[in-house]
Amino acid sequence: MSAGTLEERPAAVAPPAAPSGARQVWRRLRARKSALIAAAVLALLVVLALAAPLLGALEGQDVGAYHDGLVDSARGGVPIGSYGGVSGDHWLGVEPGTGRDLFVRLLYGARVSLAVAAGATLVQVFIGVAVGLAAGLGNRLVDSALSHLSDVMVALPMLVFAIGVTAVVPSSFPRPVLLVFVIGLLAWGGTARIVRAQTLTLKRLDYVAAARLGGASRLRIARRELLPALAAPVITYAAILLPTNIVTEAGMSFLGVGVTPPTPSWGQMLSTATTWFRADPMYVLLPALLLFTTVLAFTVLGDGLRTALDPRAASRLRVGRTGRAARRRKRGTPA
Amino acid sequence: MRGYLLRRAIGAVIVLFALSLVIYALFYVAPGDPARLACGPRCNPEQIRQVREQLSLGDPVYVQYWHFLQGLAAGHDYSTGTGVLHCDAPCFGLSYQNDQQVTDLITQRLPVTASLALGAMVLWLLLGVGSGLLSALRRGGTTERVLTWLTLAGTATPVFIIGLLLLMLFCAYLGWLPFPSYVALTEDPEQWAWNLLLPWTALALIESAKYARLTRSSMLETLAEDHIRTFRAYGVAERSIVGRHALRGALPPVIALTALDLGSMFGNAVLTETLFGLPGLGQLLVHATRTVDLPVVVGVVLVTGAAVVIANIVADLLYAVADRRVALA
Amino acid sequence: MSPLDTPEPLVQVADLSVTFPVGQGAAVRAVDGLSFTMPPGGALGIVGESGSGKSTVAYGLLGLHRGTGAEVTGAVRVAGRDVLAAGDAELRALRGPVAAMVFQDPLSSLDPYAAIGDQIAEVYRVHRRDASRRAARARAVEVLDRVGIPDAARRARARPHEFSGGMRQRALIAMALACEPRLLVADEPTTALDVTVQAQILGLLRELRAETGMGLLLVTHDLGVAAGNVDELLVMKEGREVEHGPAREVLDAPREDYTRALLAAVPRIDVRRAAGDTATAAGEPLLEATGLRREFGRGKRAVTAVDEVSLTIRPGETVGVVGESGSGKTTLGRMLVRLLEPSGGVLRYRGRDIGGLRERELRGFRGEAQMVFQDPVSSLNPRRSIGESIADPLRTAGELTGSEIEERVRRLLHRVGLDPDAYHRYPHEFSGGQRQRVGIARALAPEPKLIVCDEPVSALDVTTQAQVVELLGDVQRESGIALVFIAHDLAVVRQVSDRVVVMRDGRIVEEGPADAVYDAPRHPYTRGLLAAAPSLAPAEAAA
Repeated sequence: MSAGTLEERPAAVAPPAAPSGARQVWRRLRARKSALIAAAVLALLVVLALAAPLLGALEGQDVGAYHDGLVDSARGGVPIGSYGGVSGDHWLGVEPGTGRDLFVRLLYGARVSLAVAAGATLVQVFIGVAVGLAAGLGNRLVDSALSHLSDVMVALPMLVFAIGVTAVVPSSFPRPVLLVFVIGLLAWGGTARIVRAQTLTLKRLDYVAAARLGGASRLRIARRELLPALAAPVITYAAILLPTNIVTEAGMSFLGVGVTPPTPSWGQMLSTATTWFRADPMYVLLPALLLFTTVLAFTVLGDGLRTALDPRAASRLRVGRTGRAARRRKRGTPA
Repeated sequence: MRGYLLRRAIGAVIVLFALSLVIYALFYVAPGDPARLACGPRCNPEQIRQVREQLSLGDPVYVQYWHFLQGLAAGHDYSTGTGVLHCDAPCFGLSYQNDQQVTDLITQRLPVTASLALGAMVLWLLLGVGSGLLSALRRGGTTERVLTWLTLAGTATPVFIIGLLLLMLFCAYLGWLPFPSYVALTEDPEQWAWNLLLPWTALALIESAKYARLTRSSMLETLAEDHIRTFRAYGVAERSIVGRHALRGALPPVIALTALDLGSMFGNAVLTETLFGLPGLGQLLVHATRTVDLPVVVGVVLVTGAAVVIANIVADLLYAVADRRVALA
Repeated sequence: MSPLDTPEPLVQVADLSVTFPVGQGAAVRAVDGLSFTMPPGGALGIVGESGSGKSTVAYGLLGLHRGTGAEVTGAVRVAGRDVLAAGDAELRALRGPVAAMVFQDPLSSLDPYAAIGDQIAEVYRVHRRDASRRAARARAVEVLDRVGIPDAARRARARPHEFSGGMRQRALIAMALACEPRLLVADEPTTALDVTVQAQILGLLRELRAETGMGLLLVTHDLGVAAGNVDELLVMKEGREVEHGPAREVLDAPREDYTRALLAAVPRIDVRRAAGDTATAAGEPLLEATGLRREFGRGKRAVTAVDEVSLTIRPGETVGVVGESGSGKTTLGRMLVRLLEPSGGVLRYRGRDIGGLRERELRGFRGEAQMVFQDPVSSLNPRRSIGESIADPLRTAGELTGSEIEERVRRLLHRVGLDPDAYHRYPHEFSGGQRQRVGIARALAPEPKLIVCDEPVSALDVTTQAQVVELLGDVQRESGIALVFIAHDLAVVRQVSDRVVVMRDGRIVEEGPADAVYDAPRHPYTRGLLAAAPSLAPAEAAA
């Protein structure tokens, strides 16, 4: 699987990026309006998700309550009223078939979506950094074994595996937790590869050699010289992982192997919506719009963050070449 | 070259072997009881015992795994009580649900998935690489801005949302296309294409966004390289520079991505099949997962894994041909 | 500015200014009101330190700033054509047949995917539309042969990575030659090359000029390179002309202070060190290497970087190590401080074998031997203040209190000529030369007995270079630390060394007291190196 390993020949040593003090990162981030808007949207979404029970109480509705009276059983359960049954009691209408309140269910869906994606990202970053560091700092054998493993993890059809794994886990196991671990344990390959490549580059830098000459132990070098420099690429990559994980969770729930009813989830709603889109388009559009907005906002924010953290490496992170651009001039510098 | 191929082939076999071991261990050893899973929730202990015997789950795990490997390599004979059922190599076992051979199930479904994936691939490579190049060459213009936002939207949209919207628009409201139902290529090529048009489009739109982004950044990076400056300094026209030199340097990463991305493409294909009701491997897998039909799950997972491993070797070879500086070693 | 009677000068630059936008409304003026002319067949050298705008001028002659966002004002005429006003097609017609350019980095300046002959043929056919493919190929082989590529017909099919650095530069010159330009613009053409290869390339340029009568505009930071190869010199600083005149006049009797300072800073290969500066090696050997070897890679692809090197370093002496790229000098230096483990041989520090010790067992040795690195950018952690970087070994040793450490670091900063209050500042706030000073302070911090300097000044401008070399000399005299000074620049090494070893292909070919090696080299390789070194002196430069 070494189409990927090509990317990681650290032939030339890239000088470290300009210092990315928090203030400079903030200044560069602030210059990108799109990133700021995305951040605001996400902040709003997180607040709404956290306040879901509160907002539900405000609306006077409950996640699980059925309202048979609000759907037209003669027409197969289509919500009564325009726009999917929008009313003062049900701000965004009700679910076809069951009549459950859509507003509250969408908010609770956001909770699941964000929590699973964030949890999975944490697992991925943790494993990825550990494996990547071990590969980058270990001897030839360790490195070769771990980077092959990472390559395999990257290339494997992750969703297919995730679906398969859910088959063997008893249904009594809480699904969101399961999803966190399934997604987290299957998709850490990319993080590991980036951390390994960065570690290899960093450990050849002269300041690491200087630290060794100063008598610093391996652990101290890893902590003082390497980890701080890894923070930027790891944060950047995590910002790419997060929306990917949201999509994966939604996809699994869509397929019926993710979050199981009665816990609401966007993917699940969309799955139900496939049978309703003719009669009740709102039921498709609302979760679709929310999912799209969330993922888009994360992607835009991630892009902004990447540019802010390391303007030069920005183009390199998404699968690409390194080295060629990072050529070191042997003597002298051009005017 | 031949030595390289041999080494890669051996490497692929090792990876597949390790994969089968992991999957086998995962699915048959931990954490639930396969017999109970296979039998369903309403089984009594006596039924479970029967199932266990039938599946020879009483044997030690390594013996089971050995039988599994034997089945893969040389086929397997199953006693069905009344007679013997022979399962040819590669034998993934029998489905818990209907005692059909898993290999048959997979080979029946494979053409559907292949039709979907290959057709979409042609479309997304054209679309993705084309728009990526366009936005790199029209840098700073409106074209670039529009394309950038389109591709951003593309990367942010899950395939089942695009698919759903396409279905709603073209089938439900406009009525331009029938609701897709799979027709085999061998049966009626025209109907095959018409029915696959929407699934292809959905999958291709999503995948092409990634390629557009990569092609764009790769092209811009190449255009910024020193040797491009050399040709500019010698009066070579911009069009020849792009066509002869920049494109050559920009494409290898795109090829590399095609390989790396195949895994995630499979995931999207599963979603597309489910949405459009195409009877492909993805639908088979989802159905098997819901019914805890472990031999089918193992079979599909291993087959897709193998496909990705093989595709990676092909992509590596293509990459090496495209980027002749990479020595195959 | 010299008056010219020629009716039409080859190059006419009047009041040229180039401004680059650097984002958020800010702009940098790289060239500021520069004017000069150059007669047909003339040779002008533009010299200056980094940031002087000399390359920007060269690019301007071919109109290469077009489309980059740079703002160019003034007038540029090459062979009578107005470069700034020319249309795109006109400009393309000018690039090559009128003015051709040779770039600094010959590897990246050629398309890595295409055969070298094809690239030359392509450029040729752009300007000779009537030429057939076959004729263009033949022309490529012809010019490759002319620039001294052996077996040109076969090598024309090779791709750039199959060529050596010098061959690649020859190929680029061949590309220029194919168009029969009236002006050759060479931007630091030999900066990336070894000194012997540099001499060959400069010789080739002189030959071609004599043969074709083309003009040469040579941009370089190295006065020695310019000295023997141009008729006129234009010294630039911060985008402006400092001094312009016949080369010999500028070199022998500079009018401006800046030129004088620049010339004074150029290290002289033919000047001995002052007698008081030299140290006599005495006492027990500090570090003793016997038959030291180092290989990289395994099996068939193993490369021996250092091969059976024996070297003794005594307390307080300075040993210079010179060699071209690939000679193994850096690998040797890293082994001496045990950043690398030798593959074979014995390495003793004060009689104790340290060659095979593991990192943990080296704890007693760490601090005794330090290193000053080449690259001022990568040798300091950008995320830590320079004070912290210097204090690090002291903190690891754990013998001093926090305030004692800070006091010590401040003294060290003062010692290397930096403001002690710079403690809390970060590397990016310092220039290259200042960063090298920080690097020296860091090396001094644990009070070592030996410092290995690996090309400590090769990334610096010549004036900064002289200051850093002087600092190293002072520090060495004061503290009696032994120095190993590794460099490719023979003149720099002579300035500081008591003894010199010359390395080639991983082996030591000559070793002896500095003056003996420089004044009476015994090995032919040393003689070749010394002959190839560029010099300001007229007699040698012409050789």
